[in-house]
Amino acid sequence: MSQPVEVDAVVIGGGIVGASAALFLALSGKRVALLERDFFGSHSSGVNYGGVRRQGRPLSQLPLSRRAHEIWGDLRAFIGTDGEYMRSGHLKLARSDKDMAALVAYEEASRGFGMELQLLDHARLRARFPWAGDVAVGASLCADDGHANPRLVSPAFAVAARRAGAQTFEQAHVSEVSHDGQTFLVRTASGLSFRAPWLLNCAGAWAAQLAQQFGEPVPMRAGHPAMLVTEPLPMFMDVSTGVEGGGIYARQVARGNCVLGGGQGFALDPATARPGQAAILEILRNAVELYPPLAGAQAIRTWSGTEGYLPDREPVLGASSTQPGLLHGFGFAGSGFQIGPAAGEALAQRVCVGASNIDLTPFSITRFQTHLQSQPHTSSPAIVVPSGTDNVIPLFRGRSNP
Amino acid sequence: MTAPPRQAMSTVIVGAGPAGIRAAQTLLAHGLRPCLLDESLRGGGQVYRRQPEHFKRSAKALYGFEAGKAESVHATLDQLQSEIDYRPETLVWNAETRTLDTLHNGRAAQVPFKHLIVATGATDRILPVPGWTLPGVYSLGAAQIALKFQGCAIGERVVFAGSGPLLYLVAYQYAKAGATVAAVLDSSPFSAQTRALPALLGQPSTLAKGLYYRAWLTAHGVPVHQGVHLHEIQGERRVSGVSWQQGQQRKNLACDAVAFAHALRSETQLADLLGCEFAWSALNRAWLPTRDAAGRSSVEGVYLAGDGAGIMGADAAEVAGELAALTLLGDIGYRIDRARSIELQRQLEAIQRFRQGLETAFPFPEDWAAKAPDSLTVCRCEEVSAGDIRQTVADGHWEINRVKAMCRVGMGRCQGRMCGVAATEIVAQASGRDIASVGRLRGQAPIKPLPFGVEADQ
Repeated sequence: MSQPVEVDAVVIGGGIVGASAALFLALSGKRVALLERDFFGSHSSGVNYGGVRRQGRPLSQLPLSRRAHEIWGDLRAFIGTDGEYMRSGHLKLARSDKDMAALVAYEEASRGFGMELQLLDHARLRARFPWAGDVAVGASLCADDGHANPRLVSPAFAVAARRAGAQTFEQAHVSEVSHDGQTFLVRTASGLSFRAPWLLNCAGAWAAQLAQQFGEPVPMRAGHPAMLVTEPLPMFMDVSTGVEGGGIYARQVARGNCVLGGGQGFALDPATARPGQAAILEILRNAVELYPPLAGAQAIRTWSGTEGYLPDREPVLGASSTQPGLLHGFGFAGSGFQIGPAAGEALAQRVCVGASNIDLTPFSITRFQTHLQSQPHTSSPAIVVPSGTDNVIPLFRGRSNP
Repeated sequence: MTAPPRQAMSTVIVGAGPAGIRAAQTLLAHGLRPCLLDESLRGGGQVYRRQPEHFKRSAKALYGFEAGKAESVHATLDQLQSEIDYRPETLVWNAETRTLDTLHNGRAAQVPFKHLIVATGATDRILPVPGWTLPGVYSLGAAQIALKFQGCAIGERVVFAGSGPLLYLVAYQYAKAGATVAAVLDSSPFSAQTRALPALLGQPSTLAKGLYYRAWLTAHGVPVHQGVHLHEIQGERRVSGVSWQQGQQRKNLACDAVAFAHALRSETQLADLLGCEFAWSALNRAWLPTRDAAGRSSVEGVYLAGDGAGIMGADAAEVAGELAALTLLGDIGYRIDRARSIELQRQLEAIQRFRQGLETAFPFPEDWAAKAPDSLTVCRCEEVSAGDIRQTVADGHWEINRVKAMCRVGMGRCQGRMCGVAATEIVAQASGRDIASVGRLRGQAPIKPLPFGVEADQ
C-alpha cells in the first residue's frame, strides 16, 4: 500500500459544511483533503429546499447565522457563482393570533442580530403581499433573507476549495479512521490514504458513526423532508415563505417554478430517500389555501434527502471532548444551508487559530454525555441511520387554534 | 377449474395495451379477477389505440394489416371489463411498498397489491434536430395517434424522418388516408437492411408487411431516401421545410409538418419506483428493468410484460402478457398449463431474434451526438442545449443525474422521458465515456404531473 498523503486536515463529508471548512482551511494556507462518499453536495446540502434565512432560527444560532449572512452577501467572491442567490426577503406567515403573538415575541427577542424584522398585521400583509391566502392573519418579514439553488451552491463550495488548493475527492468512501496518539490515519475504499493532525467530521446524517468510534455517541436520527416543484408559473411570489409553527414552505425561482416543502418522507436505504405519497398529497391539498395562485398548477417532480437531526434540533459543532484534533460539524436538522458556510469557517478557525470567532458552546457534543454512556473504540460499527418520525414537522390545515 | 381465487383484488395490472389485456384475460380465465389500471380512455395501448366511441371508421382503415389483432384485443377488453376491476383514465403516478398511487378524475387513491404486472409500454425515442421545437413537428407515434384516434393529419404535406419500422408504417398510413407524404427520410442505409435480411426472415409475414409499405410508397411516387442525416427542420413560426445530407449532397424540401423518431424507448419509471433491478441492454441501448424468461422482475410479486421492459413490439407484448400472467399464477399456486408457458417463451425468443435483425436494419445513428450542434435544444421543457450539456461535462460531470442537477436537463415537465436519451448520448460523446457508464435518470414521482388541490380518498 502506498504511503499516506500528509496533510494538515482531513475533512470527511463534501456537503456545504465540510466543503466550506475545506475552503476556509485552504484559504488560510492549510493542506487539506476533502473526502466525499458520493458527489459533492449531493445529499441534504444539495437537495434541500434552498431557503437562506436567519428568521425563525433559535437565538443560539443567530451569531453564526449573522456571520453566514455576510458570507452569502459575498458569495460570488467566495465560490465563483451566485448560485441563483436572491435576497428576496423571507415572510413567515401566522395562521392564528397565537401564532402572530409568537412572531411578535420572536421579533423582540431577536433584536440586536441585525435582522430588522417587520411585523405585518392582516391589512398590511394583504396590501404588501396580495397573493397570500386569507388563512394568514399576519406575518413577519425579514427583508434581507432569501433563497438560492442548493444544487449549484453546495458543490460550488467544493470546487472553490479545490481552486484554493484543497485536494478534493468524490466517490471516496472512508473505510477506516484511526489515531496513533499523534495523527489520524484515514483510508478510503477507493485506496486513498491520508495522515493528518486534524480530522473534521462533517458527514451529515452519517456522522454519528465516527463520533461513536471516538467515544461520543449522539442520539442522531435521520429525517427526510418532502419537497416538490411545479412547472414554471407566472411570477407572483416575490419572497421565500414559511409558516409559524411549521407546515408548508414555498419559494418561486426566477424561472417561475415554485419549490414547496412540508412533511416527511422515508428512507429507501441509508443513502437515499423519497418524499412519500402522503407528504406529497398533503402539500398538494394544503398549499392552495396559503398560496391561492397555485390553484390549478401541477407538480412535476418530488424529492427528499437524508439529514441528521438531534433531539434538540441544534447541530453538533466544535471540538471533540474525547479526541484531540477531532472536530465535529453535523446534525443541522434541515436548516444547515444558510448557516453551513459560517459553521465551516468556525471549524477552520478552530484549526488555524485554536478558537472560532463565534462561541460554539451551545453546540458542544458534550451536551449528550449526561444521558448516553460512551462506548469508546467500538470496532467498525455498522452504518445505522435510524429513520424516525419524532422529527416530523406536522402539517396544519386551516387556521391553527387561537 | 383451478385453485380458488385468493385475495381476489390484490392482483393489479398497469397498462391496458396488448400485454395488459392478454394478462388480464389469462388471470380471469384461471379465476383471478385483477384490477386493470390504464391511463387512456378506452384501452388498446398506443399501438391499438381506439378511436372515440362515436367515431365510425373501420378497423381495417385504422389498423390495416393489424386490424384482426386490434379487433381481437379490443373484443377481449370489452368482454373482460365487467368481470374485472377495470379503471380507465387512471394515472399511476407513484409506487411505494406494495401500493400504487393513482389519479383519476382529480382524485388521488391508493391501490394496494400483492402481485403486479407492469405493462407500461413505450414512447418514441427522440433524437432532436435543429428546429424540432417548431410547431408542426411531431413524433412518429404522435402523428399516428392523431390519425388513429382523432382522424387528423398533422399537416397537408408531411415529411417522415428517423428510422425504425414505424417510419414506413406511419408514412404509409398517412398516404393511404389522403395526406401528401413529401418524403420519407430514413437514417439507416439500404445496406443495413440487406445485412439484416437473414434475421428478419425468421418472421416472414412481418418482414413482408415492412417491404409492402416501402414498395407501396415507392409505387405511389413517394420519395424514399436512405442513409440520410436530417440536418435541420426549417421555419419561422412553424415548419416550412427540411434540409438533409445524403452522401455529399445537401438537399432541401418544402413541407408543413414533420414526424420523426428513431424507434421506441421503454417507459420504465414505474418499475424503477417499485425498486426493480436494472441492467444495460445493448440491443435497446438503454438501462432496462431485468426480467427472467418467464417475466419475473427482481422484486418478488412484480412481473414485467411488453415494451416497458424492452422494445419487442405488439405481437410480443400479447405473448409476454399471457406469459407473465401464467408465471404469476404458477408462482401463487394455481395449476397452469406448463407446456403453454414454454411455448410462449419459445415464441418470445423467436421474436427477439427478429428484433435483433430490426436493430441491424435500422441501426441507432451512433454519430448523432457528435453531429449535434451546440445550439441544438435537447431539453425543451427547461431549454437546455447540447452546448449547455457539453459545458457541464467540461466542468467535470458525467453521471446523468449529476448533469441533470447542474444544468437542468430532464428536470422539466417530461422528467426526461423525451430528452433523456439524447442527453445521455451527448454526455457520453462529450465525456468520451461508454454510453452505459453514464447511467440512467432516476425515476422520481410523479411519473406524470400532479395537480394542486387534488383530493385524496382516505
